[in-house]
Amino acid sequence: MPALAIRCKNLVKRYPGGVLAVRGLDLEVREGECFGLLGPNGAGKTTTIEILEGILPPTSGEVEILGHTWGNGDIEIRKRIGISLQETRLSEKLTVRETLRLFRSFYPGGLEPEQTIGLVSLEEKADARVGKLSGGQRQRLAVACAMAGDPALLFLDEPTTGLDPQSRRQIWEILKRFRNEGRTILLTTHYMDEAERLCDRVAIVDQGRIIALGSPRDLIASLGAEHVIDISVDDGGATAPPPSEGDLRALPGVTSVRVEGSTISLTVSEPHVAMPRLLERLGGGGSLTRLSMRHASLEDVFVTLTGRHLREGEAPA
Amino acid sequence: MKHVKYWPFKQLVLVRTREFSREPEAIFWVYVFPILLMFGLGIAFRSGADQEVHVDVVAGSRAEEARAALGSDPRFQVAVVSPEEAKARFASGKTDVIVEGRGEGYRYVYDPSRTGAEAARIRVNDALQAAAGRRDPVPSASELITEPGSRYIDWLIPGLLGMNIMGGGLWGLGFVTVDMRMRKLLKRFVATPMRRSDFLLALMASRLMFLVTEIGVILAVGCLAFGLQVKGSLLALAVVILVGAASFAGLGLLVASRTDKIETVSGLLNLVMLPMWLLSGIFFSAERFPGAMQPLVQALPLTQLNNALRAVILEGAPLGSQWLPVAALAAYGILAFGAALRMFKWQ
Ligand SMILES: Nc1ncnc2c1ncn2[C@@H]1O[C@H](COP(=O)(O)OP(=O)(O)OP(=O)(O)O)[C@@H](O)[C@H]1O
Ligand SMILES: [Mg+2]
Repeated sequence: MPALAIRCKNLVKRYPGGVLAVRGLDLEVREGECFGLLGPNGAGKTTTIEILEGILPPTSGEVEILGHTWGNGDIEIRKRIGISLQETRLSEKLTVRETLRLFRSFYPGGLEPEQTIGLVSLEEKADARVGKLSGGQRQRLAVACAMAGDPALLFLDEPTTGLDPQSRRQIWEILKRFRNEGRTILLTTHYMDEAERLCDRVAIVDQGRIIALGSPRDLIASLGAEHVIDISVDDGGATAPPPSEGDLRALPGVTSVRVEGSTISLTVSEPHVAMPRLLERLGGGGSLTRLSMRHASLEDVFVTLTGRHLREGEAPA
Repeated sequence: MKHVKYWPFKQLVLVRTREFSREPEAIFWVYVFPILLMFGLGIAFRSGADQEVHVDVVAGSRAEEARAALGSDPRFQVAVVSPEEAKARFASGKTDVIVEGRGEGYRYVYDPSRTGAEAARIRVNDALQAAAGRRDPVPSASELITEPGSRYIDWLIPGLLGMNIMGGGLWGLGFVTVDMRMRKLLKRFVATPMRRSDFLLALMASRLMFLVTEIGVILAVGCLAFGLQVKGSLLALAVVILVGAASFAGLGLLVASRTDKIETVSGLLNLVMLPMWLLSGIFFSAERFPGAMQPLVQALPLTQLNNALRAVILEGAPLGSQWLPVAALAAYGILAFGAALRMFKWQ
């Protein structure tokens, strides 16, 4: 059993003004794993990670980082962790190299600016002003700043939010390499694909609590089925009366049914059994306006647990 | 690999210096603006001896007589105009005095609250009376002092120094700190092992470095272009400037200690600076305010700084004689800095 990089017990945070952002959260992150806090806006991800980073004081609860607690071994912890906040605007007038040299100077040991620049592939921009970088390049610089002290544990709050798919993949590659050196990452995200591809384990956070915990594969398996069929039916020209939710659930191989507007999502364990029966029930598919099948995702786990989507106003594509 | 020793204090100072030197606006306000002020005011208020008086003579009775009498003296700029035109020119500040013929004599129209208007009226009257045959009962002679040391520009330059020290300290620390807090950069810094004292000391130290060049530029232009002479010792001057700068830096930090909004800190800084701009004797002497206001005027740190700067530069006062303003500035600085440290919000 590997040692724990992060341990927190019964964490509670009430902001002045009364908002209860974290309501009794337990977390154990093992050394060497990439752990994700996945949750919708306002779930309490930033609050949790900032408490763990020693930036925010908790209202109550215990926190242990790399064997030390905040208040007793602050400097010891600070030297060994790297942080990227959800929103930091680095000085636009400085160059990439100057910025990294500054952050490097705060640590007793660490990586030379050349090395961190290499880690995040910003060689071509090393002498460019931060103000002239693209969003993805800035985010990579933020990760590089977090790595300046050669940390054993990396905290990243939404490292890829707002980036295009290619920039996101670049960051994932950087983080995978970091993790493969046996170091630990705690990141927050509201992208389920990010959590699935990057994280060894995920905690799904909602309203200040962890509502599910495990590897992405285990969490998806907990749905009882691995596939989702999304259909839309047109009532107008129907050859048979539209199926009710109960009808659909009774079909063989279907484990759950979810109706959202005109879209019906069926979670199915054996698509080859469920699909023909579904089409039969729909009268040969004449009234279908849409049919698609996909692998179940963490999004489905979240929706099943809460009845809501991770990102507001978002229905399955 | 080359081994580089990193010193956070040095890096913080370097970074601050780079940010400042890459900010054209800051360069303008700190270096160019005071020089422009110096030239503008230095030329507008150059020594009074050869100053021209603009006189409008209203067309009509005695107009020709007046024009002839004044026109023979090149210091008068005389125009003969209609009553309406005279009024309009006066309103727009083109005329110092209007002369109207009135029966046997003249009537002068002027605004005594305008700088130099009273003197202009007297000179116009003297010239007209002399032309009409007045003889002075007692002979008199004047000696004109236009030597460096007692001109308006000499008096102005220490005030400009004081103004710059105040602005630099308040904006240089206040604005920069709030900007970094707003950008969550302060929060990011305290999430590293950086020592907070390193950060604050580096802010002060870089401020000091900019100050040396600022003061240098103003004094150099003052000496070379306007013949300013620093009568006191440079050491005394340096001590006064240093204590003043530290005092305003402390005030800047105090103003910036809690807010994370640029608008708030800009308003607060202007609120702190406005009374000193008006009352502390930058452009005209603070002694001009009525006695009832003097306790307030003298309590302002910039008044004390300007007093000490003028004493050292213009009168050559030794440092010991300036212990009171220097101590007052130091007290302001220490109180402000202490309060700022207690209240300071890092995130
Ligand atoms: N400084 C604060 N004062 C008061 N309430 C706050 C403060 N910061 C956050 N909150 C509230 O606490 C709750 C959790 O916020 P938090 O920022 O931790 O969420 P999050 O999961 O990081 O959301 P997001 O995905 O939008 O970043 C929210 O309801 C938020 O409004
Ligand atoms: Mg957040």
